[in-house]
Amino acid sequence: MTQPKSFKEDQVRNDFVIRIGGDTAIGGVISTGENFTTAAARLGFHVFTFRSYPAEIKGGHAWFQVRIANRPVLSLGDSVDVLIAFDQEAYDKHSDDLQEGGVVIYDSDLVHAGDGKFTHYAVPFQRIARQELGFVRGTNVLVLGLMAGLFGLPVTSLKQLVRRRYKRRADLMEKNLQALAHGYEYTKRIRKEDKYYLGTSDHIRRLVMSGNDAIAAGALHAGCRFFAGYPITPASEILESMARELPKLGGVCLQSEDEMAALSSCIGASYGGVKAMTATSGPGFSLMIELLGLSSMTEIPVVLVDAQRSGPSTGMPTKLEQSDLFQALYGGHGDFPRIVIAPASVEDCLYRTVYAFNLAEKYQMPVILLSDQSLSHRTQTIDMPDRSHLKVVNRIQPSDGRHGEEYARYALTNTGVSPVGIPDIFLHPFVAPGLEHDERGHTDLSPQVHEAMTEKRFRKLAGVAKETDTPDWAPRYGHPRAELGIIGWGATEGSIREAVDRALAKGYKVAAIHPRILNPLPETQLRQFIASVRRVLVPEANYQGQFAHHLAAHLEVQPIRFNKIGGLPFTSGEILQRLEEVMSHA
Amino acid sequence: MPSRPDGTTSATTRTSAAPAESSLTAKDFKSEVKPIWCPGCGDFAVLSSMAKALATLQVMPHQVVIVSGIGCSSRLPYFMTTYGLHGVHGRAIPIASGLKLARPDLTVFAMGGDGDLMSIGAGHLPHVCARNIDITCVMMDNQVYGLTKGQASPTSPIGHQSKSTPYGMIAKAANPVLLTLSYGASFVARGYSARPNELADLIAAAVRHPGFSFIHVHSPCTEFFNTYDHYDSLVEELPESWDRSNLPAAINLALTEEKVHLGIFYQEQRPVYEVEARQFEKEVRSFHLASYVQRFT
Repeated sequence: MTQPKSFKEDQVRNDFVIRIGGDTAIGGVISTGENFTTAAARLGFHVFTFRSYPAEIKGGHAWFQVRIANRPVLSLGDSVDVLIAFDQEAYDKHSDDLQEGGVVIYDSDLVHAGDGKFTHYAVPFQRIARQELGFVRGTNVLVLGLMAGLFGLPVTSLKQLVRRRYKRRADLMEKNLQALAHGYEYTKRIRKEDKYYLGTSDHIRRLVMSGNDAIAAGALHAGCRFFAGYPITPASEILESMARELPKLGGVCLQSEDEMAALSSCIGASYGGVKAMTATSGPGFSLMIELLGLSSMTEIPVVLVDAQRSGPSTGMPTKLEQSDLFQALYGGHGDFPRIVIAPASVEDCLYRTVYAFNLAEKYQMPVILLSDQSLSHRTQTIDMPDRSHLKVVNRIQPSDGRHGEEYARYALTNTGVSPVGIPDIFLHPFVAPGLEHDERGHTDLSPQVHEAMTEKRFRKLAGVAKETDTPDWAPRYGHPRAELGIIGWGATEGSIREAVDRALAKGYKVAAIHPRILNPLPETQLRQFIASVRRVLVPEANYQGQFAHHLAAHLEVQPIRFNKIGGLPFTSGEILQRLEEVMSHA
Repeated sequence: MPSRPDGTTSATTRTSAAPAESSLTAKDFKSEVKPIWCPGCGDFAVLSSMAKALATLQVMPHQVVIVSGIGCSSRLPYFMTTYGLHGVHGRAIPIASGLKLARPDLTVFAMGGDGDLMSIGAGHLPHVCARNIDITCVMMDNQVYGLTKGQASPTSPIGHQSKSTPYGMIAKAANPVLLTLSYGASFVARGYSARPNELADLIAAAVRHPGFSFIHVHSPCTEFFNTYDHYDSLVEELPESWDRSNLPAAINLALTEEKVHLGIFYQEQRPVYEVEARQFEKEVRSFHLASYVQRFT
């Protein structure tokens, strides 16, 4: 029986985590999870996925995890409820993460599962696929059928997926549909002994995107028509999306010879009046730093995505870390302004990328979008984009009539922003200079000019701060009279938000604020928040406490630091535990 | 009509402020900014040749962008009336590449010295040659780091004594013409600053050439490595009859040490990157977020 009739309604768990593990040589370990996720999302369920890639190019252990519920899910979850083990390694590696009362579904020919605290469903995946279907490559689709039957996902949605995927391969489509049906039917022979079962969904159409998908979509919407990048994990998918999409829009995507060239080319394109972006990770970002100064000095707008990964040096390329913050905030020689934005979720990646372009254009300076590996590669359910929040801004240009011969590209204005002429649109050329320069762009190394021009460039940050020191850029939530305040940044938001919700339910007075802009800091929002709480906790995925350091330098606050550097995301349980520790030592 | 970011056609057709096309002379391309170069520096002649070539081509100053790196020669954009971008050491080529790919309607130069193009930015040359982006690259080679006061450069000859090589240069000098020929550049030429008229012709031919063009210019430094006498005695114009389509012959010529040949070594017609990159799709569409995201449902 597939219905969990042996459990009462209130015991059914309809928010749970499924982890699928196996050697990639088996094939389809990751796609099993992806297909299950897509089918569930189409029915209106909310999903949050996380995956871990092997370091090997081919073969090696990979795993995929999806948390699924009929209400919004903000984090990957604390532990695993259901483990699907394609092989022994998967069982050995992940069974420790299983909850008590969790479920293991495993290939009974390949896995020797320990006995005891878990519900076991032993199914000889590969043998069934080989002997009963004559199609060993259908093993993963068979497992998909098993999952649908056991956890209440209507098999029709999976059938649609299989049909779409193999629409040009009739023979494979038929075989895979058979494998799916076979797996689904097989569950009727199983007596369901666990409590995990999907509830009813709202059937609202939503999107399932990765952070990298969302950044590419946001960039295209913002009007980005030039992209240059060098392949690097975990940012490469942005390059791939832009290579596929830009030619359709009259734009150009260049795979550069190195990261210095990538940012150089973006600066060149933007000088030509075309919005440009590059995407990289820590090592590439390090190489780009000199060009970051050029963008700021010449006041040429550019957007740079840094999908952070674990460093230093080559570090752990497929693992997450929030350890490029210092580099983003302070990297580079000389004094120059830059904007640093850190999206907090997949949905945020879409919106903040559009805002990144808008700010770059409006204030004519580099904008760094600090994503990280967990955001790049996770997929998350998001609502259809709201166009009213996605207005696009373009740089201010001089007019031939008004500016003419007297045009001064770097005119000293109150806002620091001066109109920028574009070749062959504006008829009075100027040189964009890496050298210090006067208002017309002519070389001038006098102390007065350097002071005035440095101030002009930094003055623009005041304008940025004015429009970003808002609750939208730094949302606060939680208890209005909180004792403990959490300040987070970037991809940790979901885990922090869930931890706060759980703490509030337990009666703790906690609140959190999660700024999306880190330079300039939304100071009013942060000062109000800090003043409203007794103590501040800053969880971040780096060793040095880079954000805590930044806050201490700007806001005279000494936060309690909570650092995690193992390469895996914070769970809400970890944050809750730390929060309880801190509060019990009040 | 090449694409412009504002969707309009040429600026020259909608203004009376620009001089009539036939009236452009070399003077119209020289700005009032006085060059910082030392008396006798070869770069003065390169500047004049640039202005003369642009006047010959009758291209409007606002349709030209000169991108440069860092070094004495890279100051050149300030001394012209065109658009310019004085960038980062070694990055003139990738900056110019991005600009030309985004704005194929513009005339784009990448200028630099031997330090820029043979040393710190040498890694970009093979790629721009292979891509065949329609940029004119003029390398002003004085075989020395002039701006930093005379250290040896990758094109300094073996044995060359300088402040950074007091015992003499050990490394073999880079051969810019040979390198760019082997990288697949579709136009390779050599000029000499003491022959400015010929150089202006080379620059004009390079701009007319569809695709990446590279001009190696011997532009001596009177201050730290005066090679005028040396080159005066070695240079020789390529004969009219020289077959520019013969790559092995061009390579052989580039290997010759007895003479320093001037002229167009090699030229071929090959697909141009920014043109090809715009032919992947038959028609250009506008972006609609709502329809784009359907793939994620």
